[in-house]
Amino acid sequence: MTTKPYVKPYVREVPRTTWYLARRRDRIHMAQELTSLFIGIYALLLLCALRAVADGPEAYQVFVASLGSPLMRGLLWITLAVTLFHTVSWFQVTPKAMPVQIGEDFLPAAIIVGGHYAVWIVLSLFILFLAGVLHG
Amino acid sequence: MARSNKPLVWSLFAAGGTLAAFVLPVLVLLMLMAGYGHPPTGMSYETLRAFAANWLAKLILFGVIGLCLWHAAHRLRTALHGLGLRADKAVAVMGYGIAAVGTLLTLYYLARI
Repeated sequence: MTTKPYVKPYVREVPRTTWYLARRRDRIHMAQELTSLFIGIYALLLLCALRAVADGPEAYQVFVASLGSPLMRGLLWITLAVTLFHTVSWFQVTPKAMPVQIGEDFLPAAIIVGGHYAVWIVLSLFILFLAGVLHG
Repeated sequence: MARSNKPLVWSLFAAGGTLAAFVLPVLVLLMLMAGYGHPPTGMSYETLRAFAANWLAKLILFGVIGLCLWHAAHRLRTALHGLGLRADKAVAVMGYGIAAVGTLLTLYYLARI
């Protein structure tokens, strides 16, 4: 049974659509959440690329040519910035999301984050090498 | 214990986010080069076709596209909730629906290569 409180509880009104603007932490969190929009669009773009490769040389030619339109260039620049932000913010929370325990101690956060950056850089260079960018 | 699909959805979200963090920036960079008329040699049709013909490459492509789609669908769902949109069911059905169709299409196109 619930009893009515003697003192009227204080209920803080929070604006439903703009609450995250009030605090820096919430603004950053919302920005991180919204990276998903561009990651989703880019995943669909990769799907288009895959379809073009499956369809044949002509279809692939059309796909590559479409990347040169001002709209696509703009989208790709924004997506590059957004994915870099995603990478940095994702690595930043890895010590909390997947802490590594060795015996009694936890691996220092800096090592986990640093390890992710190291793997990221090596993998990116490897992909650039595979793509022929680093051959000159 | 009540059954829940939360752990499954969350693990797809986490795996997709991790994969996206590692490979998306460099892939976007390669596409940008092509967009400015300097496609890297590895982006030629013949090279990509030969690459995607390999089963391991197929697995990687399937993982990257599929998991990024599920990651985005799940995170966009929570983002839209945070932005005040309370039509969670519709958002979930549409987001996960697009991710599911995209995953199946990825399989279909990979099978054709």
